[in-house]
Amino acid sequence: MSVPASDPIASAALPAGTAAPRGAGVFRQIARDPMGLLGLTLATLLVVTGLFADWLAPYDPIGIDVRNRFADPSWAHPLGTDNLGRDLLSRVIAGSQIALIVAFCTTFLAMIGGLVLGLIAGYGPRWLDNTLLLLFDSIYSFPYIMLALAVITLFGSSFFIVILVIAVTTLPAYARLVRTSTLGIKNSEFVLAERSLGARAPRILFRHIMPNILGPLLIIVSMDIPVVITVEAGLSFLGLGVPPPAPSWGRILNEGYSFIRQSYWIVIAGGLPLILATLGFTFLGESLRDIFDPKLRKRG
Amino acid sequence: MLIYALQRIGLAMLICVVAMTVLFSIAYVIPGDPASITLGPRATPEMREALRERMGLDQPLPIQLVNFFGNVLTGDLGVDVWSKRPVTTIVFDALPYTLALAAAGLGWAILLGIPLGCYSAIRRNTLIDKLTGVISVGAISVPSFVVAIYGILIFAVGLRWLPALGAGAEGDLLDQLWHLILPAFAIGLGWVGYLARLVRASMLEVMSENHVRTARAFGLPERMIVFRYALRIAVLPTVTLLGIAYGGLLSNAVFVEFVFNRPGIGQLAVAAVNTRNYPVMMGATLTTVFLFAICTMIADLIVALLDPRVRASL
Repeated sequence: MSVPASDPIASAALPAGTAAPRGAGVFRQIARDPMGLLGLTLATLLVVTGLFADWLAPYDPIGIDVRNRFADPSWAHPLGTDNLGRDLLSRVIAGSQIALIVAFCTTFLAMIGGLVLGLIAGYGPRWLDNTLLLLFDSIYSFPYIMLALAVITLFGSSFFIVILVIAVTTLPAYARLVRTSTLGIKNSEFVLAERSLGARAPRILFRHIMPNILGPLLIIVSMDIPVVITVEAGLSFLGLGVPPPAPSWGRILNEGYSFIRQSYWIVIAGGLPLILATLGFTFLGESLRDIFDPKLRKRG
Repeated sequence: MLIYALQRIGLAMLICVVAMTVLFSIAYVIPGDPASITLGPRATPEMREALRERMGLDQPLPIQLVNFFGNVLTGDLGVDVWSKRPVTTIVFDALPYTLALAAAGLGWAILLGIPLGCYSAIRRNTLIDKLTGVISVGAISVPSFVVAIYGILIFAVGLRWLPALGAGAEGDLLDQLWHLILPAFAIGLGWVGYLARLVRASMLEVMSENHVRTARAFGLPERMIVFRYALRIAVLPTVTLLGIAYGGLLSNAVFVEFVFNRPGIGQLAVAAVNTRNYPVMMGATLTTVFLFAICTMIADLIVALLDPRVRASL
């Protein structure tokens, strides 16, 4: 089987017959699918809100106004106020910023870590591969929340710890994907050719193998954004996430839950953005995956 | 089969050992030892020294590691720092509640999700199929604790149909079941979506295979083809998933137990974090890891039993 030098790249990473759309074409394709359009709208809304949170919030999200405790929604406070009289709309808007920062930092960290470890496992010697696989499987065998709780017991909770914990628990899945793809192409002819020309491992890995596996990896990573948002909110809901007074959505839920019988607006205000954000990013991720890599669909 | 089973059991044990080592190293190789973390910043050096000695922290690291493994293997997970009860007892008191919750949640998810996925696959591209698809994705992505809170808001606070808190009176099975409905709903909702999607996907794959076409050619009734020849194969990936599902289920159980103030492993762990009750935390975490290893192992063995092709692949 003789394959021209430029061809394996296409045949290894992309399923045959699907040309990856680029630029504006992607948006047009997403918009064709109603769920994709909904996802894109919600995700854009969230990103815009997060970016301009400081300007959009009508009140100070942590400003206490005791005379206005448990206010029902009104024109002055569209989502009402919480047990300390803080404006919930402002808190929700500020919370989107936290959700976004955590989501992007975490997925970025996990992706880099998963990429490097996965490449090493896939390309390195057999024993290293086995060791790393065992490590991935062991981390994977912790229910993520238990590992997070164990780490937070020991180190206390901070913004950085939350990001690190979530990154470490999501990393093995990426590393496994990268490893499998690396194994798939490390013996393909363009890599063998490069090796016979005397290229060293780092050059082969990062210049030749990495670009081929980045696509599928990015799709998986983008589909994990809603999961990460959920985990951060969950930890904050347990009172163990981003420390107060930062208005994470999980914390709004946590505080509102204690007063659910006095005022149910607080939990509604805390839960709704979480639902919209996770739904939005999930629909968007699914739509992107269907466009770029229909083969991944089989994963369920 | 026997060789496969032995290999698989060996792998499960290996994973437990590595997981224990991971846990040991994050616990002991950090600056500041568990004793001072447990006692907090206001403890006197003497108190710290006494606790260190009691926890065996004054010994060299390798000996600590050996002790740690030895204790865990003999079922000794240490002693609760505050109540002085053995952690093993505490964990095993809480475990049945969590297992019942997980079983109930997964149970209704299986009963609804698998038929739903099967039906979607047969009636492909109809309105019901598309609707199921969208609702499945929605159910998967909405966090379980939000479902739990909104469930309480609607059914306990608003309509007053179901109890909001606790696990029911001890010994009163009916009351306990009554208290299980909302938590099980919250924990299982996402799994309905997962299962429906997974079964649909694998059903579609199986339905296009040769043996189904042959069955059709023989003129077998469609119902028989679906149930006897297609679904049996299509649920195989589901069995594997259910083994792995346990981990996610347990994570959700932590939140749901917290929301409903139910006793259980999750409740135990959250309380342990807040009181810095370090041995209880470790005990609860290790128990969940062991359970996970056992669950995935059983799932793999069942799949191997059902599908001979798998046995050759390990």
